Amino acid sequence: MTTQVRTEPITVNLGPQHPSTHGVFRMRVTFDGEEIIDVEPIFGYLHRGSEKLAEERTYVQVVTLTDRMDYVGSMLNNQAYMLTVEKLAGVEPAPRGVWLRMIASELQRIASHLVAVGFLIQDLGAWGTPLIYTMREREKILDLFEMLCGARITNSYLRPGGVFMDAPDEFWPAMNEVLDELPPRIDDLDDLLTDNDIIFSRTKGVSVLTPEQMLDASITGPMLRAAGVDWDLRHRDPYDFYDQVTFDRPMHTAGDNFARYWVRVQEMRESIKIIRQCEKLIEPGPVRPLHDDVPWLLRPPVGDAYAAIEHSKGELGFYLVSDGSISPYRCHVRAPSLINLTLLREMLIGELLADMFVSFGSVDINMGEVDR
Amino acid sequence: MNSPFLENSLFRNIYCYLASGSDDCAARGYDIAILPAGLEWLAFTITAFIIINIVINAGLGAVIVYIWGERRILGRIQNRTGPNRWGPFGTLTSVADAIKTLFKEDIVPDEADRWLFNIAPILMVFPVLMVLSVIPFGVGTFVVDINVGILFVIAITSMSGISVVLASWASGNRIAIFAGMRSVAMLISYEIPMALSLIGVLMLAGSMSLGAIVDAQDIPFILVQPLGLFVFLLAAQAETSRTPFDLIEAESELAAGYLNDYSSMKFGIFFLAEFLATIVASMLIVTLFLGGWRGWEPIPSQIWFAAKTVLVLLFIMWMRFSWPRLRVDQILALAWKGLFELTLINIFVTAILIAIWPDPSITELLIMSAINWVVFFISIWAVSKLLRPGDYTAPEPQTDSPAYPVATDELPDEVAYTGGATR
Amino acid sequence: MSKAWDGAKLAEAIHKSIPDVVVDASGTDIWIEPESVQQVMRLLRDDPEFRFELLSSVTAVDYISYFEVVYHLTSLNRNATAVVKSKCGMGRDDARIPSVVDIWRGADLQEREVWDLMGIVFDGHPNHKRIMLWEGFPGHPLRKDFATYEQSIVPESERRVPSALAGEIEGGQGS
Repeated sequence: MTTQVRTEPITVNLGPQHPSTHGVFRMRVTFDGEEIIDVEPIFGYLHRGSEKLAEERTYVQVVTLTDRMDYVGSMLNNQAYMLTVEKLAGVEPAPRGVWLRMIASELQRIASHLVAVGFLIQDLGAWGTPLIYTMREREKILDLFEMLCGARITNSYLRPGGVFMDAPDEFWPAMNEVLDELPPRIDDLDDLLTDNDIIFSRTKGVSVLTPEQMLDASITGPMLRAAGVDWDLRHRDPYDFYDQVTFDRPMHTAGDNFARYWVRVQEMRESIKIIRQCEKLIEPGPVRPLHDDVPWLLRPPVGDAYAAIEHSKGELGFYLVSDGSISPYRCHVRAPSLINLTLLREMLIGELLADMFVSFGSVDINMGEVDR
Repeated sequence: MNSPFLENSLFRNIYCYLASGSDDCAARGYDIAILPAGLEWLAFTITAFIIINIVINAGLGAVIVYIWGERRILGRIQNRTGPNRWGPFGTLTSVADAIKTLFKEDIVPDEADRWLFNIAPILMVFPVLMVLSVIPFGVGTFVVDINVGILFVIAITSMSGISVVLASWASGNRIAIFAGMRSVAMLISYEIPMALSLIGVLMLAGSMSLGAIVDAQDIPFILVQPLGLFVFLLAAQAETSRTPFDLIEAESELAAGYLNDYSSMKFGIFFLAEFLATIVASMLIVTLFLGGWRGWEPIPSQIWFAAKTVLVLLFIMWMRFSWPRLRVDQILALAWKGLFELTLINIFVTAILIAIWPDPSITELLIMSAINWVVFFISIWAVSKLLRPGDYTAPEPQTDSPAYPVATDELPDEVAYTGGATR
Repeated sequence: MSKAWDGAKLAEAIHKSIPDVVVDASGTDIWIEPESVQQVMRLLRDDPEFRFELLSSVTAVDYISYFEVVYHLTSLNRNATAVVKSKCGMGRDDARIPSVVDIWRGADLQEREVWDLMGIVFDGHPNHKRIMLWEGFPGHPLRKDFATYEQSIVPESERRVPSALAGEIEGGQGS
């Protein structure tokens, strides 16, 4: 016979200043003991009005705003925005520029996944060691970006029709060195983390989401693939030259925190494959169309366009409306970080306090993109 | 007078030169008296004061060195340099940190229960310092060797749980309350395997005195008591809340747990107590399982003791910096479903072996240790089998869509827009 | 390669099930009556001919004389996309449109964002609150007639700024 102990729910404000909310995110959580019974996410602490600011800038100037949305995936943001601009203005991109931006965005995807995995382990309570290991690898990739465009985080590398500068000669051997070093490092990470009993028991079966639930909530990206849905825009709707490269789409069927972590680790390996193929296929030539064809002050015809890419976090789409002037009439961002949080409540209810930030981290959000 | 204190050579030398008139000192051949007869109590007080000061200051110094060492080693583990600015190899960094901590503003929240809030750090540091008094640091280097040493250690260390609860309650902070709840659950659970894991050592040594236990270790008890050491190591980590068990101040979950509202010196005292507790736990492991101060001449016994302690501390740091934290239910499951059983197995096996060889020689001890190691591996394997969750095989990358049909029914060209996709 | 529904063909297909809701079609886009959003969206999600399981994006554009709500839909099964638009708030006042949260959960945060920044009311949204800005923020920033505080269309007397924030905001603008 068991006697029911009467407990009183307590409501705690976690964030915006909390060490593991990945920025300034706030959750009003009601606990019954350690168990979560209600979650209310509160957004907006990093809202900078990027969409409004974009309306006052020229099409090329807006690139700098996209850098600051998801600041661990700047190249990918640039790419999504440029695809939309090209579609809106009907720009035919220069092939070498496209290959370069594919390389850049795949490098950025590795960097972004490294951050995601590192911080997930940090949320699990490791004393920073795996995080520093992933950050060390990311640092090398940022050095490559520095060679490409002079900036490490806020790259602003892409321009309509390609990139603004060709890669210097020393970039290619440096990139090959990084790519040679990466797979053993990822294997190390696998040894340290994937086979770790504690990580396995902490993440397995926690915050399970079914494919139907996720599709209903518009969740895309590694989260969706972790539940076994083969939906990768690079494969299903190849933009740029993704139809000329081959790669696998790693999938897990569990849909829990472990699956999300595992899919990200595998995707890094696939990105390396893609970069290697790009390196073989790239040919000399101009990196962007002539200025006469694509001027800096682009004036796309009146109309609208929506283009999306497979960002490291999900489907990142830009919706641009042009009124024929030099700046967008409306610039909307379909931010995967924000939309992937739709099911946060469902993910967390019934889990324990300790798993809360792990589940939250496994979504891999970036507050710069959530709030924009 | 109190003869256990006179076993301590330092105490004896100070005390007996102050008050040699007493019978005990006379019996030991001290004939110079500084204080007149009848003032033995004063001699005792002065001596005790000196000794306590030496031990406490040595403890604090050890913490300063330990924090520096931990940061340096953490740096090496994480491919960094660690602190290297203040003093040679950054040795003065922790000193600077300590001074900085003392000069911070002391904030007491409005919601706090002031009296309990202030007393909690003191309650935290006292038990740890008291444990130092029974540990033999070397030949004749100890404060006192009481005959119930282990019991004293277990009794005193369990007080630290109270101070965590007090601190978390007195803060009036909901996040701190979580830390208090966790500490009650965890510290009390781990008291039991911790105490039981020492029974084997007690049976082998035949005494509760830590000095006698060191004397009894003709071969270190790590060989004879692997299971005991394993359980004690984990339980000690839990009691001192080092990383796989650092639920109480879980940084990624509770910010700083019960320390959330503490600042300045009170925070410093908590910090100190926590690190001192780790050092004391390592010292206990050395004393109970690694032969204490015993080593080979001509290296002094104190150096042996320190070296072994550093070795254990390095092991604890290694665990701390490579593993993530366990969840609260897993930690309790480990204590009650894993470690508790292991201690029972250990007691059972050791009792049988002692019944066979009541007064074992070195050879018999080696046979005992062989049997114990076999038991160790079998029981660890069995318990980990029991506690482990499901399957461990990660699936191969799949290229079809296993869970949901994708692109099975492609849009026919006649309804498709010819200008390209909308995406 | 994903294919997009041709607007005219999509309008035709919808017309077969629900007559006279599609106002216009051009390129890949169709325009529907705001009142029939629920009906059309349910059809687009459930009918095996469309099967749009994924609502990619919900957004709105301010065209001065009216607002246009834009839905980008994706079908995983058919690997297809479609764009559905709906004009509402003619003459700028009382911009409202039925919510599609009960059809796609994914519209939840996006509709809140549109309400917050563009000021379009989504009828039937279960948690119709501001998301990026604080409650009581004057106006909706993405509207074309919203500029800065000084130039805001909301008169000073009608601004509902929380008292704790009021001084800070006024001071911050250096007015």
